[in-house]
Amino acid sequence: MSDLIQPSEEKELAAAVADANSAQTPIEVMGAGSKRAVGRPLQTATSLTTEKLTGITLYEPTELVLSARAGTPLAEIEETLAENDQHLAFEPVDLGPMLGQDAGLGTIGAVFAANLSGSRRIQVGAARDHLLGIRAVSGRGEVFKSGGRVMKNVTGYDLCRGIAGSWGTLAVMSEVTMKVLPRAQSTRTLLFVGLTDEVAIEAMCAAIGTPFEVSGMVHLHGEFAARLVDSDILRRPGPVTALRLENFEPSLDYRCARLTESLAAFGKPAELDDAVSRDFWSNVRRLSFLQGSTDPVWRISTAPTNGAKLVAALARRLECRVAYDWSGGLIWLQAAPSADAGAAEVGRVVAETGGYATLIRADANLRGSVNVFQQLNPGVMALTRKLKESFDPAGILNPGRMYSGV
Amino acid sequence: MTDLATLEPDAGVLDRRDVLIRGLRELVPEGSVIADEDGRRAFETDALTAYRQMPLAAVLPATTQQVSRVLKFCGENGVKVIARGAGTSLCGGALPLQDSIVLGVSKMNEVIDINFENRTARVQAGITNIDISNAVAPRGFFYAPDPSSQLACTLAGNLAMNSGGAHCLKYGVTTNNVLGLKIVLIDGEIIEIGGEELDAPGYDLLGLIIGSEGQFGVVTEATVRILRSAEGARPMLMGFNSSKAAGDCVSAIIGSGIIPVAIEFMDKPAIHVCEEFAKAGYPLDVEALLIIEVEGSEDEIEDLLSRIQEIARPFKPTGIRVSQSAAESAAIWLGRKSAFGAIGRISDYYCMDGVIPLGRLSEVLADIGKICARHKLRVANIFHAGDGNLHPLILYEANDPSQVERAEKCGAEVLELCVKVGGCLTGEHGVGVEKRELMLTQFTRVDLEHQMRIKTMFDPDWLLNPAKVFPLELRPS
Ligand SMILES: Cc1cc2nc3c(=O)[nH]c(=O)nc-3n(C[C@H](O)[C@H](O)[C@H](O)COP(=O)(O)OP(=O)(O)OC[C@H]3O[C@@H](n4cnc5c(N)ncnc54)[C@H](O)[C@@H]3O)c2cc1C
Repeated sequence: MSDLIQPSEEKELAAAVADANSAQTPIEVMGAGSKRAVGRPLQTATSLTTEKLTGITLYEPTELVLSARAGTPLAEIEETLAENDQHLAFEPVDLGPMLGQDAGLGTIGAVFAANLSGSRRIQVGAARDHLLGIRAVSGRGEVFKSGGRVMKNVTGYDLCRGIAGSWGTLAVMSEVTMKVLPRAQSTRTLLFVGLTDEVAIEAMCAAIGTPFEVSGMVHLHGEFAARLVDSDILRRPGPVTALRLENFEPSLDYRCARLTESLAAFGKPAELDDAVSRDFWSNVRRLSFLQGSTDPVWRISTAPTNGAKLVAALARRLECRVAYDWSGGLIWLQAAPSADAGAAEVGRVVAETGGYATLIRADANLRGSVNVFQQLNPGVMALTRKLKESFDPAGILNPGRMYSGV
Repeated sequence: MTDLATLEPDAGVLDRRDVLIRGLRELVPEGSVIADEDGRRAFETDALTAYRQMPLAAVLPATTQQVSRVLKFCGENGVKVIARGAGTSLCGGALPLQDSIVLGVSKMNEVIDINFENRTARVQAGITNIDISNAVAPRGFFYAPDPSSQLACTLAGNLAMNSGGAHCLKYGVTTNNVLGLKIVLIDGEIIEIGGEELDAPGYDLLGLIIGSEGQFGVVTEATVRILRSAEGARPMLMGFNSSKAAGDCVSAIIGSGIIPVAIEFMDKPAIHVCEEFAKAGYPLDVEALLIIEVEGSEDEIEDLLSRIQEIARPFKPTGIRVSQSAAESAAIWLGRKSAFGAIGRISDYYCMDGVIPLGRLSEVLADIGKICARHKLRVANIFHAGDGNLHPLILYEANDPSQVERAEKCGAEVLELCVKVGGCLTGEHGVGVEKRELMLTQFTRVDLEHQMRIKTMFDPDWLLNPAKVFPLELRPS
């Protein structure tokens, strides 16, 4: 059992990191630990959690802004927002359940540290696009801030973006300020059953090219689709392609009809009403189709029009089940267990087609022996190492979690 | 405006000017190095015209390879480099140094590839902002960030400043609409970051480079997100008898769950000047005017506009006018987008770009009025109200040194006020030379050290646009 540091104030956090920096003791940085099993395994004697660094510190609904200490549970923030009919529009995916944890454990700091974005990414942007300001402690043990609490800010370099998605390897965020948005009054989903991957992606790309503001587009292979919601339509066998529209009721009537018309070439879709739609998309958000298994899971990001090609190439060599999000640009691929979790094949195919892959679920031995985060081109890798060194010269924060030596 | 403190020029570089120019000429096609006095004059300033400085030379490469050769040469010879797009920066971002060259990317202005299925366009960085939208408009698409300067400014400049525009309330600013770029470092290395996918692997270098004001490298290409245009859009004008009523109305609209695609604010002086210029039919008897634009189908637009009018009722708007035609909409937007130009015809002005929390709007506008009155200067306010990005235009007479000095002091006080109420120095124009000495009002030294180390990591000798963004005294020696 390793030592656990649980600062409840930024000052304590800074002191703990400063100590580790001077002693050159590596520390594992986490929020609630729900994503501990992602990344290359760490060998640290000390862990630090932001779990005691909690509380919403600012919420101005009419200014669309909320600040919270980094360890504040995401669930608490979403409840508070819901009271004002607002939400985090990027609907962060919850990696917990597919990693064998309960749903809803994550902290807000970790949402940004891992840059977790859900289906609405295609319409409203990623987590990183909603991060307005941070306070953080760098590996030097120094408190710094960037951005602020206003919607627009180009004062100085954009360290918010720099820290987002860095998986705790550059700095430990103590407080985050984010843009929040109104929730749509109502949701509707159009479902196509039985489309091949290629045709489904064509349909999704056509849909996003209409002016009707489709806010979520997934295509799931049959085994996955059946697990999403209990609905007659989804009990039919075969792959399912789902398109989400969100708006005021009258707009939804109009937009569903118009979208159906523009996609007539792909068949006549079924429609999920508001309640069933919400259920469906919250299951997508919890990646419920990946739950209940420990088979390796890859997350592959690519241009939508490459998606089907990429999966077809992989399926020739690798037994796998697939769900596409982001109009085909994000692929969740569950591979049958194997000595390298399919790493060699995935690496080869992704290099050929374009895009990149991350191994999200695999046991620690595997994560120690294959590239969890895809190797970067040499120029970018050199900058990556320098950035790490600039924030964390002693290499104490989550060392090696993303790349060896970073 | 008043004398600008600057770095001691490198005498070695100044002495070798002829040799250096000869060297540069060997790297790029004939005619691409401008060294004569008249030619260089075109590069001595940007849209912050109060500051001027002739560079050693201007170099206008046509390819990434040429940029790479020029940067490598400059790196090896210790020559400073100021990258330049169209020179519309309002913060002196493209202002040269005496011992620098200007590296202009305006010849690199082609669209390389458009992919409507993936909603991406790959373009050379010297393309103007509007030309990206023009290239995709025939299929009903557009590039979202729309600075008022979009007819002239380049994507390169937008990337460097992380520029915004009137429609960013809904669609985000530059950094939210870019997926990849190609950047050349000072040692000539060409690096590709991101691509067509919606997120890039590893650290968010893309996010760091956007907004780095030409201090990390020279961007030569980018992949941007293009979006499908709404079915229609229509602006509505609403007058108010106080800035407070207008500000409260904006809060109420946003609080109600409606995010219009744009909410622009003008105060009385601005309304009068813009109306005179654009004949947009702005009401002249009000203290504040909102231009609110919504998007959608005909019915949706009707529905949204009537919801907004309902929400606005308690704030007693007057002169409500919904645009009835495309021509009328164009006139309404022309008035807004040419506001700076219109004001420029009647007076010299100094354009501020502070951001404040929306809830403090009326109080801040009142205080800005007081600050300007104390300096005996007039002010006109035009801004993106939805996101609290103020643009007080401080009017002054450039030929009167005392007014120049007062305008500068007045501007600094206005920005300090923005920071004090929880906002920031600049929402979209950037820091440049103009605001670099104010950085310590918003940041601690430690904050800035974390930033400057990234500058050093990209550019160890601080050759790229070096005298910008950070207070001169804080530069690492
Ligand atoms: C009338 C008017 C209205 C404006 N309205 C807006 C507005 O609504 N919103 C807004 O955000 N801004 C606005 N601006 C400011 C200005 O237009 C923007 O900052 C714009 O992005 C600058 O683009 P540019 O091509 O003119 O760049 P320049 O002025 O040439 O350069 C700007 C900065 O970019 C750097 N740079 C240029 N090219 C490169 C490159 N290839 N690689 C790296 N760095 C580079 C320069 O070094 C400099 O620091 C306005 C300006 C004017 C004059």
